[in-house]
Amino acid sequence: MNLEAILRAGLSTGTILIFATIGEIITERSGVMNLGVEGMMLIGAMVAFKVSHVTQNAWLGLLAGILAGGILSLAHGLVSIHFQADQTVSGLSLTFLGTGLALVLGEGLTGLNVPTIPDVDFPLLSSIPYIGRIFFTDFNLLVYIGYFLVPLSWYFIYKTRPGMHLRAVGEKPSAADSLGVNVYATRYLYTFVGGCLAGLAGASISIAISPGWYSSLTTSGQGWIAIALVIFARWNPVPAALGGYLFGMLRRFTLDLQGPMAILGFRNPFFYNHNLVFFLQMMPFLLTIIALLWGSGAARRKRKGAPSALGVPYIRGERGL
Amino acid sequence: MKFPFKVKIEKRIEDLPKWMPLVTSLGAVLIAFIISGIVLYLIGSNPIRVFKYFFSAAFGSWGAFSDILVKATPLILIGLGCCLAFKMKIISIGAEGQFFMGAFFASLVVLVPLVPLDSPKVLVLSLMAVMGIIGGALYGLIPGLLKAYFNVNVIITTLMLNYVAVYWNNYWIFGKYSDLGFQMTPTFDKVAWLPRLADMAKEIPFFSGITLHLGVVFGLIAAVLIWLILKYSRWGYEITLIGDNPKAAEYAGINIKRNIILVMVVSGALAGLAGMSEVTGVVHRLQEEISSNYGFSGLIVAWLAKLNPFAVIPVAILFGGLIVAGREIQPSGLSFLIQGMILFLVISSDVLLRYKIRVTRREEEVV
Repeated sequence: MNLEAILRAGLSTGTILIFATIGEIITERSGVMNLGVEGMMLIGAMVAFKVSHVTQNAWLGLLAGILAGGILSLAHGLVSIHFQADQTVSGLSLTFLGTGLALVLGEGLTGLNVPTIPDVDFPLLSSIPYIGRIFFTDFNLLVYIGYFLVPLSWYFIYKTRPGMHLRAVGEKPSAADSLGVNVYATRYLYTFVGGCLAGLAGASISIAISPGWYSSLTTSGQGWIAIALVIFARWNPVPAALGGYLFGMLRRFTLDLQGPMAILGFRNPFFYNHNLVFFLQMMPFLLTIIALLWGSGAARRKRKGAPSALGVPYIRGERGL
Repeated sequence: MKFPFKVKIEKRIEDLPKWMPLVTSLGAVLIAFIISGIVLYLIGSNPIRVFKYFFSAAFGSWGAFSDILVKATPLILIGLGCCLAFKMKIISIGAEGQFFMGAFFASLVVLVPLVPLDSPKVLVLSLMAVMGIIGGALYGLIPGLLKAYFNVNVIITTLMLNYVAVYWNNYWIFGKYSDLGFQMTPTFDKVAWLPRLADMAKEIPFFSGITLHLGVVFGLIAAVLIWLILKYSRWGYEITLIGDNPKAAEYAGINIKRNIILVMVVSGALAGLAGMSEVTGVVHRLQEEISSNYGFSGLIVAWLAKLNPFAVIPVAILFGGLIVAGREIQPSGLSFLIQGMILFLVISSDVLLRYKIRVTRREEEVV
């Protein structure tokens, strides 16, 4: 049990969740709910791994993974924005579709060694005593990108003009439309951006943070946890990031818990009965439910919640939101 | 020069022709197969050979067809539960977990054991069915309560509970009820096996090797019951009204909270019964792999059947075929891909039911 190790592992694996969660926040802010995160992550992970293997270049792999997630999300965009289909079911079907495609196209990739995105020290900041060692040393490059993405996306959503358009389209598309914002184009754009970030999340698993392709186990439900984090964070990237890092730490904590024979002088049950591990593995999923419970309670109390037009298709010239 | 034609999408005002939903669904299935074929071609297999093999593996013989019906049985039960929930616009995807809990509770009857194992078969099996129903219903109750009283998103709670159920199940089959340390329980005593057609092979030789078991009858009975509920009962009317117009339902004095909980419990119970039928009719023990993603396929079945309880049966048989064939062919993710494609195309084709697409010449517009 080493707190520093747990914190560092949390920052590292939490990055995956943060990419996916911020992507979904941006998509949902525009009024489109895309529940296909798990599918987009999986396709992103597979494509990144495959391209990285074929070209022997991790950067090309990363780019391809990002685009793969984005392209898949456009399918959801078409069905939910233009065809006005039920977005929940469309998102679900995107998960199946992404999973199926990833399994079919990813056949035979398991066990291959591919070039990966390197681990690096952050220049200058890594030499800060203590803090530098914990936060800026020997992390995967994408972890630092995650650090930047959080304030950047917050600034974009709340402080810039396009960010304001994004929120307007998600809150009251008819008003945004009458002010000359193209609702359809905005929704397509941010669905695509969200898909790209989900693809990046997938790629950051397979070719960066925990490299490898293990078919559908590669993502193991993290796409769904990301969607829960969106609600928990009330559509704000900053709490989403805290949640993501906490989940990453929790994951490592449950692993570490099995190691020592005694904790604080007490006999460690997880060391003596290995079957109890299954209860530890349940933890992330149970905590997601608890986080959701807390998030929906807080959303009700503070009257701050989902974008008003979330999941509601916009039809020009018809009464509605 | 401008493009001479103009595509216009208009809302349908007149009633839909009766054949439309069926044709669009069939079209969606067909296109799903074609696109999957193209994907197969692109990765360098021969799609025609794969699909030929697919259909012969699935529908080639009576034995294979009975295997399909066996796979269709849990899909029918789960699909019916989804019909009920989706009618009320509650997107529960927890059938997979409820299936596991149903299987677990039913297995307890034999594993604990709750009744002496020399009791009559009818008693043991009925108790197992009741336990399976209770297990699934309780596991549906949790997200139901969370939704009704705390407005917690059902999709995510049910999905998270699916993972929890698998780990819960693992804890018992790796631990207390493990068979000599293997990841499964010992095979159940014969008293806990659902009767199969193959059991009658002595009297009717044709049935030898036919795996079809009594569970399929549960599915058929449930289909009739759900149809009656939706069509003739007050409760069915309330479900439909809440789904179509929750505001109107509230003004009409319908208790929405109670209905959410009830629907989740009943759909959970159906999935739990599916779990019981699978462990007693097919696997005859509790193990990690008791479900071929039935929970998720069942959801697609309900959607493709347009939430019609009787349509669930043929659609479940089609998906049973996909699962049986999927076991035999490479690449193994193919049946998953086709299922996802079908769901995706079905919901996109719904646009044809709500809108008319008209292609007109530009000149006509001017005049």
